[in-house]
Amino acid sequence: MDNNNLVKMANNIGQFFKSEPDHELAIQGVQQHIRNFWEPRMRKQIIEYTQHGDQELMDIVAEAVKRIAEQS
Amino acid sequence: MSATQEIDYGTPASAALDLVTLEIDGRSVTVKAGTSVMRAAAEAGISIPKLCATDSLNPFGSCRLCLVQIEGARGYPASCTTPVGPGMKVCTQNQKLADIRRGVAELYISDHPLDCLTCAANGDCELQDAVGAVGLREVRYGYAGENHLSAEKDHSNPYFSFDPAKCIVCSRCVRACEEVQGTFALTISGRGFESHVSPGQDQPFMSSECVSCGACVQACPTATLMEKSVIDHGQPEHSVITTCAYCGVGCSFRADMKGEQLVRMVPDKNGGANHGHSCVKGRFAFGYATHKDRITTPMIRDKISEPWRVVSWDEAIQYAASRLKQIQAKHGRHSIGGITSSRCTNEETFLVQKLIRAGFGNNNVDTCARVCHSPTGYGLKTTLGESSGTQTFDSVKQSDVILVIGANPTDGHPVFGSLMKRRLREGAKLIVVDPRGIDLVRKSPHVKADYHLKLRPGTNVAVVTAMAHVIVTEGLMNESFVNERCDVESYQKWKTFVALPQNSPEAMAEITGVPAEELRGAARLYATGGNAAIYYGLGVTEHSQGSTTVIGIANLAMATGNIGREGVGVNPLRGQNNVQGSCDMGSFPHEFVGYRHVSDTATRTLFEQAWGVPLESEPGLRIPNMFAAAIEGSFKGLYVQGEDIAQSDPDTQHVLHALRELECLIVQDLFLNETAKFAHVFLPGSSFLEKNGTFTNAERRISPVRKVMTPLAGKEDWEVTQMLSNALGYPMNYQHPSEIMDEIARLTPQFHNVSYAKLDEMGSIQWPCNESNPDGTPIMHVDTFVRGKGRFLPTEYVPTPERTSREFPLILTTGRILSQYNVGAQTRRTENVAWHDEDRLEIHPHDAEVLGIADGDWVGVKSRAGETVMHAKITDRMQPGVVYTTFHFPHSGANVITTDNSDWATNCPEYKVTAVRVAKVLQPSEWQKEYQSFSDDQLSFLKNRIPAGEKA
Repeated sequence: MDNNNLVKMANNIGQFFKSEPDHELAIQGVQQHIRNFWEPRMRKQIIEYTQHGDQELMDIVAEAVKRIAEQS
Repeated sequence: MSATQEIDYGTPASAALDLVTLEIDGRSVTVKAGTSVMRAAAEAGISIPKLCATDSLNPFGSCRLCLVQIEGARGYPASCTTPVGPGMKVCTQNQKLADIRRGVAELYISDHPLDCLTCAANGDCELQDAVGAVGLREVRYGYAGENHLSAEKDHSNPYFSFDPAKCIVCSRCVRACEEVQGTFALTISGRGFESHVSPGQDQPFMSSECVSCGACVQACPTATLMEKSVIDHGQPEHSVITTCAYCGVGCSFRADMKGEQLVRMVPDKNGGANHGHSCVKGRFAFGYATHKDRITTPMIRDKISEPWRVVSWDEAIQYAASRLKQIQAKHGRHSIGGITSSRCTNEETFLVQKLIRAGFGNNNVDTCARVCHSPTGYGLKTTLGESSGTQTFDSVKQSDVILVIGANPTDGHPVFGSLMKRRLREGAKLIVVDPRGIDLVRKSPHVKADYHLKLRPGTNVAVVTAMAHVIVTEGLMNESFVNERCDVESYQKWKTFVALPQNSPEAMAEITGVPAEELRGAARLYATGGNAAIYYGLGVTEHSQGSTTVIGIANLAMATGNIGREGVGVNPLRGQNNVQGSCDMGSFPHEFVGYRHVSDTATRTLFEQAWGVPLESEPGLRIPNMFAAAIEGSFKGLYVQGEDIAQSDPDTQHVLHALRELECLIVQDLFLNETAKFAHVFLPGSSFLEKNGTFTNAERRISPVRKVMTPLAGKEDWEVTQMLSNALGYPMNYQHPSEIMDEIARLTPQFHNVSYAKLDEMGSIQWPCNESNPDGTPIMHVDTFVRGKGRFLPTEYVPTPERTSREFPLILTTGRILSQYNVGAQTRRTENVAWHDEDRLEIHPHDAEVLGIADGDWVGVKSRAGETVMHAKITDRMQPGVVYTTFHFPHSGANVITTDNSDWATNCPEYKVTAVRVAKVLQPSEWQKEYQSFSDDQLSFLKNRIPAGEKA
């Protein structure tokens, strides 16, 4: 799938959770949302995207993806 | 079996709780206080002749046929307008009453065509019945006097005729239009002998304000207003109660039949959702079911560039199964998936998702709710704990304040719209949040919006959050409710967030375009005006922040304590007939039936044990993900039941690219729809008239769908899915849809007590229906929220990435119209095209003038995604800078323009905000030319399909 599209989708999720004042809860919100609703192919690809050093993800999203990668 | 003749009690039932005992014709009768004498008699089985009275309308007392004698009362009061009193002694039949009634009937008949034997109402005429009951034997005045017998007939409406010669001026049609429908299109013009029913100002029906709901036709006691289908076919001989297959109101109808010929659809007055009312679609637009375009034989082809080959059911199913198996063998288990339909029954939807999860072995199942109400599911589940609306439709009768946001009930949900208008005429306050002047604001007599917040498209969250700001900073919350019922920590966070200065109406005004004082007034009214109910539609959900707005709406309801009782609540108005049901039935890729996540081991184990196969614990692909994966090359096969994704989904060119990439597309539908033009297997579908099952409406009401005719293609849709499953090697052996419902009930806590027997007994059931709520649940979250404590979430406004610019200076928003339904596959094949035969671009006069556009001009509408051409309609119901269109016709290509932006939580497309430029043009767009050429080729492949048994 198109990386740009995945990044856009992930950042849209991040935009919602960033209004959570507790930074840790915001990261967990993004992490759980991607975990609950993204098909494994999409999760794998966004993980690969971050691992290749490309970085257009919001901070809380990048952190959430990192944690998803660690769990996989 | 005979056609159902419902008992007409003459006047509406009383809502009083007190009882009154009286005597009618020597019999002791006990009824509710406030009941009319006429109704009390009818409830006791005593019939009083009547003409102007019917139990759907308030009593009028004009026909003078229902006179009775009451001991101690002067004269002969009309029984319809006389309420019962304790100890009252009523006589309904004596010589004097007989003489009076005969005299009245004689006058009616002296000016009535005596063509009873050839009249369309013969056998179903209240005038005939009344005259028979009073024993009229002669008309002493003769028939040669002045009369109305040569009055001109009006055949302008495609569905009913108006013959004023047969009119007895009882005003039932006029009152039905006012009281039931709320349109006020009819009146009685003239005085005395000149009195006559007049649509508009003595206009033909089609030129008047009439919306063709059929209430007048149903109310007419003679053949004055008569369905043309009854004129054509004669009186029905049997009836079946079933459920409408159009919008999410889910009206109950009586299908009046003659053998297998559907003569007419009459709204069922026992229907829990509609109480005997209907709209132009459900009442009249059923002709598509037997339209010549129906495809009734299975077809296959290897490539979409080849003609179709007609094959047997067995060959089609084996071919489909074989291609799906080949794809999985080559590309893996996850390379195929399917889409369930909100137009199909619960049982069919359940079966398709079961086939995908258990038969395909993956969770790549999604449903068309993805593109409409998926944010409702997410937002309400997150805040309240259940993915559904909280109320009954009837709840609005107890509302003091009605907030309509992003919905157009008079067009999209017309029967509920009428009920809402009725409550508004009784004095409830109205707040409308909508960029357009919808009919509720502009064209509803005796209804006035107290506030119409004309926001800019895409700024719902800003408006809802600013309303919350007002409520919090002005101390208008119901904190005792919040403290008792909600998660207080989340409430405090939310409160702090919404109180921030940047969320004030003043700060938001520049973004929303809504004057701060108006927004403050609306917020105060919502919070303090008594029972306040929110109704919303796709104008909320189809945005990049659709889920956030739904959450914001739930926040408002919880903070003000407007949830958990009659008259309040959060009410998503669902688009299609079974959107709620298709979501309930586990159509989303991440959850099983009953909204339980696939990763939940206990739930998955339950289904694995029931279905006998291991099930996946990971979510599958959503529809837009399927398209992306198809283009990327990892998704190759798709089974689509009853949906037209090629027309309904956004960014058409992207969708069509994905469909062309599929190695096997299986479409099951009534017609060769736009998606089927890309298909390799076509499996003929069955209409709602041809199958058994259930639909679930927007108020969680499960209603029976009953088969009234043999499926034209020989199979109900669930049977086809079952055949495909068996061919794929996953055995299914249901004998009847009731067995599927039994399985749903076994596996789903919200449905444990649902069965066909219970539906037959109760008529309909609102889920949850289980051990705790054995007869269903009209109002949800009464004592506690489903999730325990209601959860607040901050709703920060994030602007859509779709911005206007010098190149694309206008915002396009899309919607629906009363006479057409969704992609129009059904309604385009009915006489409803008389009202709407093409999609047009609505544009404000100022914008039109600047662009040099006249009403009716061809205009090109270009966005960053594509371009199409349609006729312009200049109207001041638009605000400057915003244009609007519908998407009912494929060639108008409304979704060629819409973009791939979508809701952050659910990927529901942002249909409501597209930056465009509009210019006068002289020819169709390039896309339209290409579409026409492709479509012509596909129609020729259909027309020249190779008959069964012949080789290509």
